[in-house]
Amino acid sequence: MLHNLSIGELAAHLGGRQISSVEITRHFLARIERLNSGLNAIITLTAAEALAAAAAADRRLAAGERGPLLGIPLIHKDIFCTDGVRTSCGSRMLDNFIAPYDATVVARLKAAGAVMLAKANMDEFAMGSSNETSYYGPVKNPWDTAKVPGGSSGGSAAAMAARLAPYTTGTDTGGSIRQPAALTGVTGVKPTYGRVSRYGMVAFASSLDQAGVFARTAADAATVLKVMAGFDPLDSTSVDAPVPDYAALLSAPLKGLKIGLLREFFEGLESRNATLIHDALKIYTSLGASTVEVSLPHLPLSVPTYYVVAPAECSSNLSRFDGVRFGYRCDQPKDLADLYKRSRGEGFGPEVKRRIMTGTYVLSAGYFDAYYLKAQKVRRLITDDFRSAFQQVDLLIGPTTPTPAFDIGAKIDDPVTMYLNDIYTIGANLAGLPGLSLPCGFVDGLPMGLQLIGPHFSEGKLLNAAHQFQLATDWHNHAPRGYE
Amino acid sequence: MAEWEVVIGLEIHAQLATRSKIFSGASTAYGAPPNTQASLVDLAYPGVLPVLNAEAVRMAVKFGLAIGAIIAPRSIFARKNYFYPDLPKGYQISQYEHPVVSRGSLAVMLDDGTVKTIGVTRAHLEEDAGKSLHEGLANASGIDLNRAGTPLLEIVSEPDMRSAKEAVAYMKKIHTLVRYLEICDGNMQEGSFRCDANVSVRPRGQEKFGTRAEIKNLNSFRFVEKAIQYEVARQVELIESGGKVVQETRLYDSDKDETRSMRSKEEANDYRYFPDPDLLPVEIDDGFIATVRQTLPELPDEKAARFARDLGLSVYDAGVLSASREMGAYFEAVVAELGATHASHGGPGMATQGLREAGTAQRNAAHAKLAANWVMGELSSALNRDNVEISASRVSPAALRGLLARIVDATISGKIAKDVFEVMWSEGKAADDIIEAQGLEQITDSGAIEGVIDAVIAANPKQLADYRAGKDKLFGFFVGQVMKATGGKANPARLNDLLKVKLGGTQAP
Repeated sequence: MLHNLSIGELAAHLGGRQISSVEITRHFLARIERLNSGLNAIITLTAAEALAAAAAADRRLAAGERGPLLGIPLIHKDIFCTDGVRTSCGSRMLDNFIAPYDATVVARLKAAGAVMLAKANMDEFAMGSSNETSYYGPVKNPWDTAKVPGGSSGGSAAAMAARLAPYTTGTDTGGSIRQPAALTGVTGVKPTYGRVSRYGMVAFASSLDQAGVFARTAADAATVLKVMAGFDPLDSTSVDAPVPDYAALLSAPLKGLKIGLLREFFEGLESRNATLIHDALKIYTSLGASTVEVSLPHLPLSVPTYYVVAPAECSSNLSRFDGVRFGYRCDQPKDLADLYKRSRGEGFGPEVKRRIMTGTYVLSAGYFDAYYLKAQKVRRLITDDFRSAFQQVDLLIGPTTPTPAFDIGAKIDDPVTMYLNDIYTIGANLAGLPGLSLPCGFVDGLPMGLQLIGPHFSEGKLLNAAHQFQLATDWHNHAPRGYE
Repeated sequence: MAEWEVVIGLEIHAQLATRSKIFSGASTAYGAPPNTQASLVDLAYPGVLPVLNAEAVRMAVKFGLAIGAIIAPRSIFARKNYFYPDLPKGYQISQYEHPVVSRGSLAVMLDDGTVKTIGVTRAHLEEDAGKSLHEGLANASGIDLNRAGTPLLEIVSEPDMRSAKEAVAYMKKIHTLVRYLEICDGNMQEGSFRCDANVSVRPRGQEKFGTRAEIKNLNSFRFVEKAIQYEVARQVELIESGGKVVQETRLYDSDKDETRSMRSKEEANDYRYFPDPDLLPVEIDDGFIATVRQTLPELPDEKAARFARDLGLSVYDAGVLSASREMGAYFEAVVAELGATHASHGGPGMATQGLREAGTAQRNAAHAKLAANWVMGELSSALNRDNVEISASRVSPAALRGLLARIVDATISGKIAKDVFEVMWSEGKAADDIIEAQGLEQITDSGAIEGVIDAVIAANPKQLADYRAGKDKLFGFFVGQVMKATGGKANPARLNDLLKVKLGGTQAP
């Protein structure tokens, strides 16, 4: 079936004119039509635009043009601005917001001939680890619809797991690509901070946000990342460094690869989860890699550090949603203060408000030094820990999450427990490092993820290591029942 | 008041003359219809990011070099968070803890001619906000975001000024400097140059500063002076009647000539500054500084010193003529061409004859003084009267030189020249054309002047007798009569010489 083909296979069929982009697009639109109602992975379907884009791609193909993504559909996380299409960010605040421009990620993929099918559901303003904070309702995990898909890119992950598109985009501020990738059994890549432009991505925490990709395989992710990545003059924090041909790096042998096992990741790890990780390590050693235990002593401080830095930045970033120029505006404001209070009070959900208040508090006079400044210092220490670890090893391997997908509603009223879900993923964001999650087995019938973290700009090495693992295993080929 | 000492510090906001905004590509031109010069970045649309305008940094560095300040190798933009409709992001991007320029100073000449050095604590880059418009809209406020994101250089002085006049002198000096550097148009009506004044008083001799009030948004030199004077009187009166000055922000109402409380320290916003994660630190290396240094023009103090040294101008004249780059350039063009005129004419006019003998330096000094008097006198009066900038003067430097050359070569007198100038100003004609058309050329021919003298003497026998009897003052009467008879055209020096001989008096030369 078309939805089980890799991006490379689809491109080959399109290139050989055995199938058209319009046919592929119709196939996926039909799948969305049939399957999304059980998942709620989509906020906005853009069927007409997709068919038009597919027809345009077919014309380019007919004219002899070829490209790795030309004519291949995708679903964008609804955090990316898409010209002329609603960009809600999962919030009532932007329910009526039609973006007047394309995010750089969207523009690059569009130029490469990608066909956008829909905008994916997500936690409100990317704040959440379960996709339950969305104004559009929770996303369900295709492996068990009573379970969450993870978050904040839960819609993108669920759509990928359910094969509603050949690939989907996401963003990762504290694990928002890797954690849902793990919980839905797909491959998710969070690149180095600065590798992919943030322009046009609705900002949550500017120093942590990074766009990335969900795909079935590391090989597919490599193809997409090559197109997404690169310097953007519109984003001062994007890095002006050449983008390697990730696909060409996939087949490098892993002989001599030095893998670090993070002591802090294995302490207290649930035994079935630990077994899966150790099984994965056996595969790596069989491929010629060696393992060594390393320690990042400040890593346990990641979660509290993150929950100071990210809310501080979000409290400022979300100030622009004031009911004045765009987005939600309350009815009949009686004065300026009323306009602000009610537009923001009614437009934002509880988790967003919690973080704005936390962030406002940690930046306040008298608390700034104790919270924000201290968090920045710890962030530096965590970054230094990673740096010294990478003097000993090529990459770090561990679990992506402490547990498999949990029940919808189980943690939503307990923010601290919810925040601890990101305990393994947040470190890479604080240090700006690339991370990747790939399927490594099942616990209680639910997929689990193996996480790889590398030094800055080591996406090529991470994709290579993930690809070699996927050549030796078939966890990534499992599909949830009903979505095969 | 003698027992009170006034302490003033100024925060001057100079709008940098970049073509585009500090963090977006939108135009900074003034006066466009509302919201036509606001890009998605200026409107703070979701997902947009700021990109720093390198030209604004270059201008800030230029200013720093001109005041001998430290240029930070690494400066940082922070966010100043507060809600207001004309602040689209809900925060202003501004340099806070790490400004690009710090610790400079400026020499300011006071009214009594003494020079005082005022410290400049820092100068930092920031973006301007938009404007709220409350007039002409029923039950609504309008917001114009054209100005949002316009680059500002905020120049913060040390609390070094001790009177309203000192504050104005300092502000004028900064105004002159930023226009010299061509980093700000200095237009105060359009808000391109404005200031906040921090004012306090303390008993003379006390070291500790009094509690200060900050008067916001003063947009003319006169308002700065009046607002500070009012505020000082208010504070002194308050303290002397047993009250206490509270730290607060005040507004100056120019209609009522008073300051009014805007908000107290307790009501002040907590701006929650933190480094802007969307912008990298600004890194400035020595090479960049050297490149900018090469673009520095001759600064006002250097120009004034040169005018005094090379042209022999008085310190006062040199100061006035270097107060703006345009006036300095105008003056220099007149002087240069006047020198050239002299060299090419070289005629033995009476006025120049003596000068030639006295040597080139002295002749140049005389020319410079003549040009200075005319630029500062007739020209400046005409410019002020008709509200014209010197760069748009109706009498060009070449035209003025044409007039002064006729004074130098004694074709006309200085008095006649003033009449000629008025015609030049109103009709745009050349001096020579006016002199010729109106027959204003001086009578220098001795025979012609002697004829008139003879007639005047013959017509006034009584005055002649009185003069010869010792009434020396009557010499002036005869000069006046001859001038009247010649329509003012008799060469004054020649007339004096001849009249002395004819009257045969005992007048000392």
